[in-house]
Amino acid sequence: MTFSAELENRFAKLLTSYPPGRQRSAVIPMLLYAQDEIGSVTPELIEEVARRTGVTPLQVDEVVGYYSMLHKKPLGKYHVQICTNISCLLRGGMELWEHACEKVGVGHKEATADGQISLEEVECIGACSWAPAIQVNYDFHHFVTPEKLDRLLDGLRKIH
Amino acid sequence: MLYNEPHPLETKVLTRRFGLENSASLDTYLATEGYQAFEKAAGMKPEQIIEEVKISNLRGRGGAGFPAGMKWSFVPRTSPKPKYIVVNADESEPGTCKDRLLMEYDPHQLIEGTLIAGLAVDAHAGYIYIRGEYRYLIEIMDKAIAEAYAHGYLGKNIRGTGFDFDLYTHTGAGAYECGEESALLESLEGKRGIPRIRPPFPAVSGAFQCPTILNNVETYCAVPPIIRDGGAAFAALGIPKAGGTKLTCLTGHLNRPGVYELKLGFPVKTMIEEVGGGILGGKKLKAFIPGGSSCPVLTAAECEGLTMDYDSMAKAKSMLGSGGVVVMHEDTCMVKAALRIMRFYAHESCGWCIPCREGTAWLRKLLQRFHDGMGQRSDIALIGDLAKNMLGRTFCPLGDAAALPTISIVEKFYHEFEDHLNGKPCPYEEAGRLVPA
Repeated sequence: MTFSAELENRFAKLLTSYPPGRQRSAVIPMLLYAQDEIGSVTPELIEEVARRTGVTPLQVDEVVGYYSMLHKKPLGKYHVQICTNISCLLRGGMELWEHACEKVGVGHKEATADGQISLEEVECIGACSWAPAIQVNYDFHHFVTPEKLDRLLDGLRKIH
Repeated sequence: MLYNEPHPLETKVLTRRFGLENSASLDTYLATEGYQAFEKAAGMKPEQIIEEVKISNLRGRGGAGFPAGMKWSFVPRTSPKPKYIVVNADESEPGTCKDRLLMEYDPHQLIEGTLIAGLAVDAHAGYIYIRGEYRYLIEIMDKAIAEAYAHGYLGKNIRGTGFDFDLYTHTGAGAYECGEESALLESLEGKRGIPRIRPPFPAVSGAFQCPTILNNVETYCAVPPIIRDGGAAFAALGIPKAGGTKLTCLTGHLNRPGVYELKLGFPVKTMIEEVGGGILGGKKLKAFIPGGSSCPVLTAAECEGLTMDYDSMAKAKSMLGSGGVVVMHEDTCMVKAALRIMRFYAHESCGWCIPCREGTAWLRKLLQRFHDGMGQRSDIALIGDLAKNMLGRTFCPLGDAAALPTISIVEKFYHEFEDHLNGKPCPYEEAGRLVPA
């Protein structure tokens, strides 16, 4: 597989960040950074990461199912993650989640037909004092109201 | 920009650079006594460093509250194996959002903390395990690490002391369980985050089966001030047996939620009323979680005279935990709160220990049924029984973390479960939505 120069540099750094013979440590970071670039964890990516880290494809595959940020199916270009855990729940996180499902017309871990937006109800994202909080890809949005969410979603639909 | 305004009742030790211009830069750090503690520690014997940390009464800030100096002293310095420093930045206990700020505003303080830990146990490499969702923090830490290398604060022969130390960031990929120390180490080695059987503890066999110090971000960040100003000065800020300050995340039904650095032993009432600005809408306090969703829930009456420290919380049969305070006002449905907490633990159970894997799934279903108005009277006792059967029967504390809040909610808010026995959906939903109006 070929990746961008930036990702290749990151891989090279990761493969030298751990003690000799411990390249397996790079498996999870490599999968996550590669997923960011190619959209999902594909069978080819699993083979490639296994080859580069010197482990079996099965040893790579078994971590994909464990970590909730890794996914084999592509999500939307903008993955909107809404926290409904306790601190967000108390500040309207659940209502925000229901509002988003209705507005976007998809459910948990589903993407719109044009692949632009996907939704996920997520567990605590570490923004509890600024609840309710959401993440769009890696960007945090704090003190989100249904109105703020509407504006955000409308904006995401327009960016191609 | 700061996430919230500081409060006059705060004691700013670890957060003293928050709000300074370019607070994350090396220049700002050096201009404010940065890396002086490292220089001082480099002239001390390793035993002296550990002794100073012991004197400070610094206890682990991740949740367990284990004395840090004692943990460090368990590392066999003379072992021929390499030793490692691992930072737990997998902050994911619901209600907790403090390590994020320590890395965002003052990354060099964390780097200096790991350097001093390295000197103390003769470790020459460290890993900062940062939860995957905190990608922007990995970028901030990587930038600070690069800056430290460029100016000789990391790498070979640091500042002419002859001490070598390399530091790396390592991303997680979404798993609460990896905040548990042994699961974190498995994850660092590229595996599923399943806990390890202990002993051996990480101090003897941790990262890559080598002796390892593993502490929370906040614990390492307390080390530079301890070495710089002395362990006794830090200890004096807190109360006997618990030195220093604690970053406290005020969340839930408060007028001024935010992260505040408070002395250990800070009164709960003052924290809620003054620092947190009181309860939303002038409502009454119903329930209080002191340190993340895994702590037993306390009632308003139990908060009377209570202080924020390890022993006081233990006496109240709860825990100080991670400092993630959750405040719930009178309109909150406690069955719904218990359900949401259980949904989390059922989702995050790694599946290795059967009492946790099966227990959390059954409890989630039972609580959901109750909240939907389909519960039976006998289910109330069943919820408590199932939870009690998980206690102490799992390899890691996740089973207890799921059981403890559940048991406390069933015991202390029994009548709210009875109120759901009407065959209709939650009676509290209409009377008072969880959302503030």
